[in-house]
Amino acid sequence: MIAVGASWGGLKALRAVAHGLPSHFRVPITFVQHRSKESAALRDLLQDCTSLIVCEVEDKQPIMGGYIYLAPPDYHLLVDGDAFSLSVDEPVRYSRPSIDVFFESVAERFGPEAVGVVLTGANEDGAAGLRQIAARGGQAIVQDPRTAESPIMPRSALRAVPSALSLPLERMTPYLISLATDAENARPRRASGGDEVRA
Amino acid sequence: MAVQIEPGSKDRGIEASKAVEVATPTVADITAAAETSAHGYDPNLERIEIQLLLEGIYRHYGFDFRAYAYASLRRRIWKRIDSDHLRTISALQDRVLHDSAMMERLLLDLSINVTAMFRDPGFYAAFRRDVVPALRTYPFIRIWHAGCSTGEEAYSMAILLEEEDLYDRARIYATDINEVVIQKAKEGIFPLDRMQEYTQNYLRAGGTRSFSEYYTAMYDGALFAPRLMRNIVFSQHNLVTDRSFAECNVILCRNVLIYFDRNLQQRVHKLFYESLPMYGYLALGSKESLRFTGFEDNYEAVDRREKIYRKIQ
Repeated sequence: MIAVGASWGGLKALRAVAHGLPSHFRVPITFVQHRSKESAALRDLLQDCTSLIVCEVEDKQPIMGGYIYLAPPDYHLLVDGDAFSLSVDEPVRYSRPSIDVFFESVAERFGPEAVGVVLTGANEDGAAGLRQIAARGGQAIVQDPRTAESPIMPRSALRAVPSALSLPLERMTPYLISLATDAENARPRRASGGDEVRA
Repeated sequence: MAVQIEPGSKDRGIEASKAVEVATPTVADITAAAETSAHGYDPNLERIEIQLLLEGIYRHYGFDFRAYAYASLRRRIWKRIDSDHLRTISALQDRVLHDSAMMERLLLDLSINVTAMFRDPGFYAAFRRDVVPALRTYPFIRIWHAGCSTGEEAYSMAILLEEEDLYDRARIYATDINEVVIQKAKEGIFPLDRMQEYTQNYLRAGGTRSFSEYYTAMYDGALFAPRLMRNIVFSQHNLVTDRSFAECNVILCRNVLIYFDRNLQQRVHKLFYESLPMYGYLALGSKESLRFTGFEDNYEAVDRREKIYRKIQ
């Protein structure tokens, strides 16, 4: 699972990430973007620039490859087994969806098969969650703050996870594709194999 | 605020209910929560300990959280552990089983949700447009609001029905697992500082009057007109263990089932299905779906976006 968090300036950055993903990309990827309750257009704006299916998550929706999942506004997004689940618990640091809440649940569920990506934003959401992904052996990636529309969120993520890989936006998608290819190649050698949803 | 716990009532479970606003945790609390669950906890051990905790609570107090959605439950449990400066889930279990005051606090953590009057105004607008015309043709209208919390949305529905001249022949059965929130709902007093937000919601929901006509501002709260209460029956009901109590034309259950796992959701959907007559309406939260419940074919979408469905077979 690739978990991507974005806030201020996120639309442009998420479009850039989505745009470069090939139609055969099979790792589930999820965008958590801070936005107002009423904003319904984000899904369409993202769909316009990718051949993968962009899907605003509904409760208990199974996680599958070939999709870009989008956290719905005004809910927290979590993963539960092989499906998503939602909650209307209080906002965390004024945000619902909270990137930290999603990343934490991805870390718990996917461990070393989780990839966390923190993009542009004007708050500190995502830093604690990214630390958890790293602590459980997952991969931490942060947009190079110098290339971010708002560098605050990437900077705080890098402070929380100094070992995170910092990449300019244009290198983000090629890197994710190479990760997915590596995971694909490594799969047959894994002892546990099976039907599990994998990163 | 305290919850009455009856250690004897083994058959009593608890559902996710929507309720009074709890104090918002500080950033420090949240960071602390993140730290604790991040470091040094084996995910498998965590799962075992949570299962033991839930089993213990069920067998000792009778509240059944065992079929709750794990990810949300886990977050809420860690929040309680961190607010009480404990270190492990087992330590929480020790406290909960030997100290009923601790159980009361955990019960509030696990069963409380945020609610608002005319929450999701688009839903109420759609209800007015798509459901009310059918309700006009009924001699008597029964509405079941499952998981009503402190009652904000039940009062909202009463206001809507009054404005549509239907309230005299309507009854709203508003239920929640949590006795504390039911008592609160019966008072009909809501925080004054939220009236501005509720007024906005009311207008966007298609309200036809001035929202301030419905309440009297008091010292620290807004007291809603007693006439709105006259056809609402608030009562305690447990979706996990209790059965249907009446056939209802409309069932509202919004953002409650998201806290249940898939099996429990299916059981509750069966209960709803059996409680609705043919062409009865079911309304869910805006990101809840019938798609993953096994009941999709039994309903048609009346408003797909606002998740209003009608039973067709």
